[in-house]
Amino acid sequence: MENVEKNYPSGISIERPAPGFRDSHDPDDLWDDSRVYINIGPTHPAMHGALRMAAKLNGETIEGSYCEFGYTHRAKEKLGENRTYHNFIVYTDRLNYCSALMNNVGYALAVEKLMGIDVPERCVWLRMICCELARVTDHLICVGINAVDLGAFSFFLYGFHQREEAYTLIEKLCGARLTTSYSRIGGMMQDAPDGFEKELKAWVNRTRKVIDEMDELLTTNKIWRNRTVGVSTFDKNMCLQYSFTGPNARAAGLDIDLRRDQPYLFYKNVEFDVPVARNGDVYDRYLVRIAEIRQSLNILAQCADKMKKGPIWSEDKRVRIPDKDVVYNTMEGMIYHFKFFMEGFAVPAGEAYTAIEATNGEMGFYIVSKGTPNSHRMRIRGPSVWHYQGLTPMVKGEKIADLVAALGSINIIAGELDR
Amino acid sequence: MSLFQIIFMIGQILILTLILIHNAPIMAWVERRGAALMQNRLGPNRIGPLGLFQSAADGIKFIFKEDQIPGHVSKFYYVLAPLVSLVPSFLTFAVIPYGSQIDLGGGQILKFQIADLNVGILFTLAIASLGVYGIIMSGWASNSKYAMMGSLRSSSQMISYELSMGLSLVGILMVFSSVKLGDIAAAQGQTLLQLGPIALPKWGIFIQPLGFLIFMTSVFAETNRLPFDLPEGESEIVAGYHLEYGSMKFAILQMAEYNNMLTGSGLLATLYFGGWQMLFPLGQIYSHLALSGMTADWVRVAFEIGSFTVKVLFFMWFFVWVRWTLPRFRYDQLMDLGWKVMLPLSLVNLFITAVMISYGVI
Repeated sequence: MENVEKNYPSGISIERPAPGFRDSHDPDDLWDDSRVYINIGPTHPAMHGALRMAAKLNGETIEGSYCEFGYTHRAKEKLGENRTYHNFIVYTDRLNYCSALMNNVGYALAVEKLMGIDVPERCVWLRMICCELARVTDHLICVGINAVDLGAFSFFLYGFHQREEAYTLIEKLCGARLTTSYSRIGGMMQDAPDGFEKELKAWVNRTRKVIDEMDELLTTNKIWRNRTVGVSTFDKNMCLQYSFTGPNARAAGLDIDLRRDQPYLFYKNVEFDVPVARNGDVYDRYLVRIAEIRQSLNILAQCADKMKKGPIWSEDKRVRIPDKDVVYNTMEGMIYHFKFFMEGFAVPAGEAYTAIEATNGEMGFYIVSKGTPNSHRMRIRGPSVWHYQGLTPMVKGEKIADLVAALGSINIIAGELDR
Repeated sequence: MSLFQIIFMIGQILILTLILIHNAPIMAWVERRGAALMQNRLGPNRIGPLGLFQSAADGIKFIFKEDQIPGHVSKFYYVLAPLVSLVPSFLTFAVIPYGSQIDLGGGQILKFQIADLNVGILFTLAIASLGVYGIIMSGWASNSKYAMMGSLRSSSQMISYELSMGLSLVGILMVFSSVKLGDIAAAQGQTLLQLGPIALPKWGIFIQPLGFLIFMTSVFAETNRLPFDLPEGESEIVAGYHLEYGSMKFAILQMAEYNNMLTGSGLLATLYFGGWQMLFPLGQIYSHLALSGMTADWVRVAFEIGSFTVKVLFFMWFFVWVRWTLPRFRYDQLMDLGWKVMLPLSLVNLFITAVMISYGVI
């Protein structure tokens, strides 16, 4: 951001000029280039999470801005080096807290890759359900909050109702709603309850109807289109420059999706489309997210059909958490349980980068192991970091109301951004 | 003016003032419950039946909160601003007729309208414009960038939309050849079209449909309601001009807003929906009753006040309905709509009306 104070001739008292007062480019004009500098955030209703943006305004137009983050920095990556691999699972919940289930899966996949563990089929299906359920809830929040910022409150609550129902489903899986910690390295915390598939499919059918309703309410609304079409455009080239991934990149026409390009889990075995838009404006991001919710619902229905009964734990002795009856009834089990939770398990030396297609884009875990129960280095690629860098060029020359729309549409999650 | 008329007048003033004071809490309740209804939620339902006393609880909270004045404000104008907003919002309702009149004989006429001014609607427009001073004052006195932006938005929005609002009204004034609201309401009792048994009344909306749309949109803009609630645009400029206000002063600003809504609804009902003219079943019931003398007059007025109330309540509900359905405009789009769409349309409306009147169609 430019220096606010200029070198005025000494002895002249300088008062803050009125916004947009004059723009004469006259060196003798004290009030030339008079602009108002405004702090948006960190406690601003539109700055979801704690983000700060300092903007230079000419009237209502943003002439320059400066993004700042780090208000929710909790040293997640450093914690990953101090905690055992098992302990770190709970910290992954707090990355993108709108899709905690998916972060758990991504982390488990990363450690399993280092250890060379294969998990049973049912576990993989469960993980896919986790991922897609998380994607639906996250996208519902994103489009909903974007609409709230533009004044359409009811739209948000329709989606939020379905999200609450999804959280009830998640609660049935793991007992928690927001911070799930459901995946374990080499398995899942517990199996899905009986009849879960049926309930999931019922929810999918209900949500499809709600999505149709939401679509009808907003997609063709004239005011909504005025507010979003052509606003905060970030084209393909800029997306490449700023390493955009996920729905934000797909909205600009970058046809990338790790689920299809680098299939992990069982994404090869299900049918889904990757929605791609062209213009990369707020409207296209909204459309892509709505389309992705529909695709994810399809995937969920397919997973519910294909999932069969079976074990959910890998039989690898290193990572298998002993069952409670073994722990309470046998001496060996007790000792093993104690050692597992007090010391953790050693991961073979090596390094691995595992990326999954998270709700906002590529979420990667880069783990360097030296053969100890703690990782030597833990790095996380949160897609929001890259998207947040793009906000400044995105909103340059636009109105302050567009900033709010842009920020909502790229879905910055402070937990993932600051880590 | 006889003593009875004076007492009657004071009674009217007291009752209407009480109604206007209670308008804000009741509308707050309607808004919350209405929003809940539309959003598959419950809304406030803990205090009193259907949560009706929630607003009372809020009012008590507002009164007992510390009346803080931030250090950086311009104190005099900061305190004055809510009052400057509130007083015009009370005054404007004075000229709206909510019932016809009763002839007591001996030249004594009771009018159900506080003041039947000969400038009528012009008075409303003039006083309603004063409300913007309160908003400008609060924005300026708050000494905060967001508040300043809110008040700037509000003043430019009000000025732009007052133009098309006034022009759309000229159409209706031409048709009824009067600016007295009492006359306009009375004139709407005539029949416009007789379609068999159904008589289409000569309501403003039937002879000025375009004017009605423009006027209604302008009323939305004037009262700062969604989709035109830019002055408070919560997500952009936090709370706009009432950002720095707390406790009762904030409540007063809110009250002024709800009162403006009530006045807007009253004007919409009076100018375009027949004012106190009886609604469909009431008129028939009244003629079937076949009353006579004083009773007939009082029953008639009661029916008229009932009809007027229903119409006003419908528009109040309409304000709530729109708020929870539509997104918000952007500032420049709002200005575009005001100057490039509404203003030309109101001129077109004026032209068409003039042509139709000169050819004797209406």
